[in-house]
Amino acid sequence: MAQKSKFIQDLPKIYGIYTLGFLGFFALMAFFETQGMGAKTIGILFVSFTILIYAIIGWLSRTAQVEAYYLAGRQVPTVFNGMATAADWMSGASFVAMAGGIYFGGYTYMAFLVGWTGGYVLVSSLMAPYLRKFGCYTVPDFIGTRYGGNFSRFCAVLVLLIASFTYVTAQINATGTIASRALAVPFEVGVWVGLVSILLCSMLGGMRSVTWSQVAQYIVLIIAYLIPVFWMSWKLGHIFPHISMGGTVEKIAALEAQFGLIKNSPDVLKAAGVPAGLSSMSTPHSGVPVGAMAAWKYISLALCMMIGTASLPHILMRYFTTPSVTSARRSVGWSLFFIFLLYFSAPMLATLSKIQLLDPTLPTAIIGKKIVDVQAIEWVKNWSAVKQVFIADLNKDGILQLNEWFMRDDVVVLATPEVAGLPYVISGLVAAGGLAAAMSTADGLLLAIANAISHDIYYKMIDPKASVVARLTVARALLVVIGAAAAYIAAMRLTGILGAVAWAFDFAMSGLFWPLVLGIWWKRATRSGAIAGMLGGLISGTWYLIYVGPTFMNQTPWLGIDNLRFGIIGASVSLVAMVVVSLLTKPEGAAIQQMVDDLRIPSGKTIIKH
Amino acid sequence: MASPKQEAHWAATRSLMIITMLLWFFFGTVVFAFGEQINHIKFLGYPLAYYMTAQGSLIAFVVMIFWSNNRQEKIDNEFGFSDVDREDD
Repeated sequence: MAQKSKFIQDLPKIYGIYTLGFLGFFALMAFFETQGMGAKTIGILFVSFTILIYAIIGWLSRTAQVEAYYLAGRQVPTVFNGMATAADWMSGASFVAMAGGIYFGGYTYMAFLVGWTGGYVLVSSLMAPYLRKFGCYTVPDFIGTRYGGNFSRFCAVLVLLIASFTYVTAQINATGTIASRALAVPFEVGVWVGLVSILLCSMLGGMRSVTWSQVAQYIVLIIAYLIPVFWMSWKLGHIFPHISMGGTVEKIAALEAQFGLIKNSPDVLKAAGVPAGLSSMSTPHSGVPVGAMAAWKYISLALCMMIGTASLPHILMRYFTTPSVTSARRSVGWSLFFIFLLYFSAPMLATLSKIQLLDPTLPTAIIGKKIVDVQAIEWVKNWSAVKQVFIADLNKDGILQLNEWFMRDDVVVLATPEVAGLPYVISGLVAAGGLAAAMSTADGLLLAIANAISHDIYYKMIDPKASVVARLTVARALLVVIGAAAAYIAAMRLTGILGAVAWAFDFAMSGLFWPLVLGIWWKRATRSGAIAGMLGGLISGTWYLIYVGPTFMNQTPWLGIDNLRFGIIGASVSLVAMVVVSLLTKPEGAAIQQMVDDLRIPSGKTIIKH
Repeated sequence: MASPKQEAHWAATRSLMIITMLLWFFFGTVVFAFGEQINHIKFLGYPLAYYMTAQGSLIAFVVMIFWSNNRQEKIDNEFGFSDVDREDD
């Protein structure tokens, strides 16, 4: 190994001090709160302080070297790359909406937990070490070199653009929502504030800036997620909630039976004036829905998310930055470990949130209480005022029933600390965490898009003689342009956060999964086969999405494969098309065979020489 | 052409990949195909299917990756293809 730089050696110390500094800031805010500082000021300080730190990291990591800009100099240590990937991975949706989704959706929704973790097994076994050995700058760089030809490279760029752009608008939307709430500005302003913050972390140093700010963002987001979970569970007497809440889950099932899970009809909701996007609890917390179709719906969703994970370029490219093939592989394990810390806590947060509202023996309970009393509770007042929660006395008995309490999914994460009577400083912390999650994912995605265009389209296809200065200037200009386009679309609020996120996975798996896997694992895969796989998957998947999509043709799905699962169709078509066309065309020549052989062993030089 | 050593290394790598994929498939889908049946069983007080989707399969995935990586590193060492002490790229 080349001499490790002092910076790399000092990383644990640097981020250790940073973590202590952040906890110190948290303690300081908690102290100010006791001295009478207002909730709004605390929120603003949390958000602006953390954004400032990320921007400073972005500026300190500025670079004028291609290798540093695209690959962070290939010196990111295993564990730190794991943290950066975890931040890259966990989006605003994971942070803000996931616990709420579990709260309302129960078991079937939890397919996302399995789907958004299990994919890393595929990344580790099938992809990451081999792509690292290849030494590519971008994912299309692998496709373009392994299969050869500008057209295959172009197809890969196309899939990358569609998948990542769908995803990034959702992230900028989330950034805008959180920034607007914390800074008390309109949503449209929040979106642009968010975009500027995102660009500050990426423009000057590309992958290098993004890597080091993502590590910082991971630390903020994991602290912000775990502190409220553990604090609340300690209040209820659980030292380690993950192990000891089995009884609570059972109690919730008993309370559900007692109060009755009733699904309100749309007419009733309309008549009662329930704001759009708010729902009442109508799905069992831990019960498994009956029947083979329900099981298939769970499995198909999990499969789409897992295979999509292993095809998303902004994740795969994180493993290009490690010092060696072995470290790329190890780094996948660390990534999943860091992701796991948040994902296995999300159901616990949903459980804590539910028990506090339902259990009549707890002082926080509201269900089964008099509506006038509930309406007088401080947090109910605050969140009702912004139309995030709603009470409708449907049976006119003056008592709050389970189906008369409505709230938005986000409220579970954002309001549970207030419900539990935790100080406001926790809410400020949660806002900073949500912002970190959305920003870090947006940064990774924007960089993936801008790098694919600047490296694969501009440098590889249009002007292979371009100077380093020209290449980096183009890359930076593209970041701004694409970011602005995404923010413009996000400001129009076309889709809910989650719909768009699931689509990104389906697009990626439709177009990229098989060409990537077979490029490594099947020597017989040819250029024409790969092109057929990418285009066949993308076109059939998109067509099917339009066919079943509720805002498009809204046809009845085949076998329960709805718009969140269209990747099943796309990836199946992609596999068949790629195998058939590969077998019909001539095997690739000796040079490509040699390339694949080299790619399969960790030792030796990288395949692409830049 | 790949040397016999490379062929043997790849055969071992491929077997490990297949085993890992089978484990992945089991914890990612098979368990949940029987969600209804296993949810009557209690684990740590949780219904088992609920536990698997909330924690169990996630833990299995983490362990699986570290286990599989250790095996792979042994395979790489055995055939002399490890890059751990590489001088440079």
